[in-house]
Formats: sequence, structure tokens, C-alpha cells
Amino acid sequence: MPPQERSTRAEGVILRHSDLGEADRLLTIFTRELGKVRVLAKGVRKARSRKAGHVEPFTQAQLQLAHGRDLLILTQAESVAGFAALREDLVLLGYASYVIELLDRSTYEEESNRALYDLLVRTLTRLNRGDDPNLATRYYELRLLDFAGFRPQLFNCAQCESEIQPEDQFFSASRGGVLCPRCGGREPETRPISLHALKYLRHFQRSSYREAGRAAITTAQYQEMENLMQYYLTYTLERGLNSPAFLRRVRRENGKIS
Amino acid sequence: MLLPAPIQDLIDAFSRLPGIGPKTASRLTFYLLRAPENLSVDLAEALQVLKSGTGFCQRCYNITAAERIECEVCSDDERDKSVLCVVEEPLDVLALERTGGFRGRYHVLQGALSPIEGIGPDDLKIRELVARLQSEEIREIILATNPSMEGDATAMYLRQQLAPLGVRITRLARGLPMGGDLEYADQNTLLRALAGRQEMDN
Repeated sequence: MPPQERSTRAEGVILRHSDLGEADRLLTIFTRELGKVRVLAKGVRKARSRKAGHVEPFTQAQLQLAHGRDLLILTQAESVAGFAALREDLVLLGYASYVIELLDRSTYEEESNRALYDLLVRTLTRLNRGDDPNLATRYYELRLLDFAGFRPQLFNCAQCESEIQPEDQFFSASRGGVLCPRCGGREPETRPISLHALKYLRHFQRSSYREAGRAAITTAQYQEMENLMQYYLTYTLERGLNSPAFLRRVRRENGKIS
Repeated sequence: MLLPAPIQDLIDAFSRLPGIGPKTASRLTFYLLRAPENLSVDLAEALQVLKSGTGFCQRCYNITAAERIECEVCSDDERDKSVLCVVEEPLDVLALERTGGFRGRYHVLQGALSPIEGIGPDDLKIRELVARLQSEEIREIILATNPSMEGDATAMYLRQQLAPLGVRITRLARGLPMGGDLEYADQNTLLRALAGRQEMDN
């Protein structure tokens, strides 16, 4: 093993935390430099901890990490962005949780990916400043799938490779993309996909965020895109995520009251 | 070296506890082996009644003695029945009681919402809280969940659920801790401390 520095600087977003021992916490952090790491934060459950407020989930922070015997140990933390708005609105908190959980589930420990880190920070920034969460989240999903190596095939039939025509099609998670009406009819596990939903997914896949934001997408179309992405992500991640259920619930209950 | 079964069994039992590794487990076991007999007997007795001797208060869901229906706080007529303090865990009740500054009653949620870990509203004693509001004469609800992402999520969810019931809802203030240091405070805490500043009255 090459000799290691005793201490490292890194910038990262706190993904999750769990209590450990008397007053410690075990943090999962997605860092720009080191990828996803697990870090022991000592004493952060005490009210007077200098680090506690800087390492709450969803916070982007500058970190000083020491190499402990088997874990990294947090020695200093200073938040860069607290994303306060995400903590003050239940629905936004649901979206942020989904963004974070999706990243946690689609990455392995200690694999650095700067582009993915930038995507995560940009997505949280967009949600925090009040962009349409549908836009920010769907755009994030498609980019994340690129990084994870699961970019869905949306331009040619994933079975017969013929070019997709402007009409309603099928989508197959196991084939990793769209199927033309001819092939789709023969596959057992497919979902129908409307012309519009497909058009916007394609648009998101090959456009910048700014361009994606110009499309006039209706709530129903976003809903269809969301359902389709959930179906595809559940397949690629091999199990369902926890936060979508929470998000659906708070969106529903929020609509009921206001 | 092979250890006699009673010793190995106790080591195994200890190492299932959080924060106790195999080394600590054997150290504790051998300590008990050499210590006076009444130490292990007392420990064994305490462990035996731990589960059977405790239960949940049927009103506030705090931990209480098994033979009681309501905990000491709920059955104390001296306490203000119109103010309810909502906390995550029984230990939070203990912390608030130690301050001696609260004379109302409690409601223990038995956890906090966590979208990522999949802990939803149905996993907490929220329905029971709503039922209490409907059957008891409550003027004010103090949301005293932790000042963390999960605690804030829980407080926001409760506010949303309880607002239609027309009760006054307050949240514990957030600011700088005693003996703290401005320099080390995070932006969220400082912002809230600024927003919640108070007139210095003399």
C-alpha cells in the first residue's frame, strides 16, 4: 500500500447519517475528490459541537478528514451551502431526499466522479432556488443514468434497432430503452410510452438544463415521465427506493390542504 | 483456546450490543466471573424485568412501569393539561424534565420521519397525537423534535396535519448553544438565531 497522507481536504455533500456510540455519528458523504466515503464524526450529537450544523444531511461542506484505523475521521467542517429552503418545505425536502437517495444507491464507495458531484450540487442548488422540481429532478435522473452506465436508448428500437417513428411506443426496462410498436407488442414486460413523454425524455437527454427548461411540459406529461423513470430506475437499481413513497404522500397531503 | 460454554455464551451475548466488540465482551465477561456473585445476580435480575417490567403510557407513549396505564407525568393532576410537548424519544422527555421549566404534558412519537430510511408518518405515533387533540382540551402544541433534517421534517409534517385542528403550534427556538462560539456556527443556525433575536429586557 502506498504511504498515505495523514489528513486530507475534501469538499462533499452529506448524504446520510446514523447515530453511533454515545455522541458520535457515522456520515455517508459524496465528495468531489474521493467519491462516496464513510466518515466518523465524533461528538456531533452534543449541543455544543462545532461541526454538527455543518454536517447535516443535504449540506455541502469543506471537510478536513484524518485517516483513522479503519474509517476516515472528521476533524473540521465548514458548510459551503446549507440549502436552507430544502429543509423548510416538506415537498422540497421530499425531492431533495429522492435526489440524495438515488445518488447513494447508484454509486459505490471510493469511486471519484467529479462530473456526478457537480450534477448533484447543481441539482440541489436548482431545487433550493425554487426551480420547478419536476424539471430539476427529471433532468437529474437522465444525467445520472448516463454516469451510471444505464443511459436509456430513446432513438432506436432497443430490439430491432429501427429508428423510432413519431408515434406512441413501448418502453422496456430490461431492454434498456424504447421498443417500436412491432417489437413492443411481443415483449412481456413493457410499459406504454406516449409520443409526448418520449419526446421530452429525448429532449432532456441531449439538451442543456437551460434548453430543457424551455419545453412547455404539462403536469400530466411530467407525471408520465416520472412513472416511467421510476419503473426503469427500480429495475436498474434492483430494488425500489424509499423516498418516492414519502414524496407522493406529502405532495398529495399538501395539495389537499392548500 | 476453547472456553467453557457459559463463558463463550456471555461473550457472544455482550458482543451483540452496540459499541461492544469481541475484546470488550471478553473483558466484561471475565470481570463478572471474578467479581462478587451479587454483581452478576443484580445484573441478571435487572435484565430479566427490563422488558416485562416496562410498557408504554397509553396516553403519551412514553416508557413507564408495566403495571401503570398512564405514566407519572400524565397521571399528575398538578400538570397543565392544555399544553402538549411533542418529542421523538423517551430520553427527550427526561432531558426536558431535568430543566424543570415545563409544566405541561408530553407526547412521544417514538422516532422521526426519514424519507431516505423509509420511516414514514405511519411508523410514528402521529395518528395517536391527532386523536389526543380531538379528545383532550389542548391549547398549545410545542414541537420539540430534534433540530436535524429528520426532526425538521417531522415538525413540518405535524404542522401540516395539525393546522386544520385550530390549535396553537409552536416550535422550540433554534439558536446558539450555551458556551458556543459565533465563529463556529453554521449558516442555518446563525440565520435562525438572527431571525429569532429577542428584545433585551431589564
